[in-house]
Amino acid sequence: MKNIFILGIETSCDETSAAVVADGRTVMSNIISSQVPVHQKFGGVVPEIASRKHVELITSVIREALNEARVDFEDLSAVAVTYGPGLVGALLVGVSAAKALAYTLDLPLVGINHIEGHIYANFLANPSLEFPMICLVVSGGHTDLVYLESHGSFKLLGRTRDDAAGEAFDKVARAMGLGYPGGPLVDRLAAAGGNPVALDFPRAYLENDSLDFSFSGLKSSALNYLNNAAMKNEEVSQADLAASFQQAVVDVLVDKALAAAQRYNVKTVLLAGGVAANTRLRNDLSEKANHLGVIVKYPPPVLCTDNAAMVACAGYYKYIRGDFAPLTLNAVAGLKLGVDKY
Amino acid sequence: MYVLGIDTATRVAGAAVIGEDRLISERFVNNLKTHSQNIIPMIRQVMEDAGIKPKHLHGIAVTGGPGSFTGLRIGMSVAKTMGLALNIPVLGISTLRALAWNVYLAEGLICPILDARKHEVYTCLYRFAGRDLEEMAEPAALSLEGLLSRLSRFKREKITFLGDGVPVYGDTIKEKLGERAFFAAMIHSFPRASAVAELGLARLKESRLSDSTFLQPVYLRKSEAELTWETKHGHTSV
Ligand SMILES: [Zn+2]
Repeated sequence: MKNIFILGIETSCDETSAAVVADGRTVMSNIISSQVPVHQKFGGVVPEIASRKHVELITSVIREALNEARVDFEDLSAVAVTYGPGLVGALLVGVSAAKALAYTLDLPLVGINHIEGHIYANFLANPSLEFPMICLVVSGGHTDLVYLESHGSFKLLGRTRDDAAGEAFDKVARAMGLGYPGGPLVDRLAAAGGNPVALDFPRAYLENDSLDFSFSGLKSSALNYLNNAAMKNEEVSQADLAASFQQAVVDVLVDKALAAAQRYNVKTVLLAGGVAANTRLRNDLSEKANHLGVIVKYPPPVLCTDNAAMVACAGYYKYIRGDFAPLTLNAVAGLKLGVDKY
Repeated sequence: MYVLGIDTATRVAGAAVIGEDRLISERFVNNLKTHSQNIIPMIRQVMEDAGIKPKHLHGIAVTGGPGSFTGLRIGMSVAKTMGLALNIPVLGISTLRALAWNVYLAEGLICPILDARKHEVYTCLYRFAGRDLEEMAEPAALSLEGLLSRLSRFKREKITFLGDGVPVYGDTIKEKLGERAFFAAMIHSFPRASAVAELGLARLKESRLSDSTFLQPVYLRKSEAELTWETKHGHTSV
């Protein structure tokens, strides 16, 4: 049987990425041109600069994805692109490129929600996953708990009411002088002998039945701790602070994800998004889930960060359902999961 | 030889197909709908009107700035990606040069001005030397004072102004320059995809081609974040 090759394009934030995925499961190529060094001196992503970089890099990244996959334009079955949520100027570059390809090559266009992409990174790693599932999507921009009923059917169970988990990591890391992006730096520091119970940080569980999150209180508390120590000229154990802060974030994420699994009687919990690469989160969730007879799956780190292979994978499932977008597809900065806006 | 022209640099969007000796089809809209939604269907329409398929194109010309940052990126992303898929040259044509082409062979100087907000215009200065446009000053983002001082070294010549900066600054310019200031007709005041295509075709014929892999718009202005950073840390490029 002929392979179904989907070209995926992702430009929602600061990674310019293109990938070719065969039959929704085999990553033939996954080119990610990271702009992290460009944004580092500003301490975070600058939307205008990100958009400029995307235009500069978009065609070379697409060409490299095809070259590495040894696939020609004529071999493609469809083009899948992230059209929201994200930075609108950044999204527009990928969306314009994808539509240009779809028109020029007469290919179906598939519009993908960025969160949907993150979730589908799990199907690249484990194509045989069985519905229904719960997915915890954690990144610099999102903290979402999603119920997955079947392919393409999502229900948002809870989300952050203020900061995303990854955002809290970034801000605390910046205050600690660790740099940007903060997540992996805090993770590494904590793992280097940090004591997770050295400092007592608050964990916000909100109302009893709520599956929503809140990290701003925890973030402020960590920042206050740093300020107080600086005022009193006290030395701070960076490792203990990193470990204790991280533990507070992880505890809430794990408890809520497992509460959702029990409430919906689901046997598989997925992790997705940049923070899914956090080792403490992976380990604690797997361990606690094990006691409940729940399996935890997560993609390898390279598929956790923003990348186009996850977009191509999500695109494959939409392609076989015949769920295509028109050539008038626009970027939608605040796109909601499960509700396509064509 | 067929060239597709694409323009989304300002509030108007345009697409056109030209052959070697004629403009074959063109669409121009100034309806404030988003360029992102408009441009591909417009391209498809002019291609169908011209009766050709993408694989028949020899080159793609696109307004390469200055203009609205987002608009420029939409046009440039479309042009570059089509060029990649078809393996044909992509030519970035100055938005200001394309505007000047609207008043072909005008006597004296031609001064396109685009409203750049923040009390500035994106501008350049041209003169027709034979059938070619000669650049008399660099493209730049200037205040009106800056523009007038740039023009002050030309004492007697007639100057034709055009572009979306005219409704904003035209009266003041008329006041300062009096009889020497002329303004293009309304229909010539916006970039035209056909002009972009014609200038692109000329470059294509001269084979003055450079690799378009990393082609990007000429913004003539840095991002706010860079400007702020520079005031704090001194000048360095990103
Ligand atoms: Zn993401």
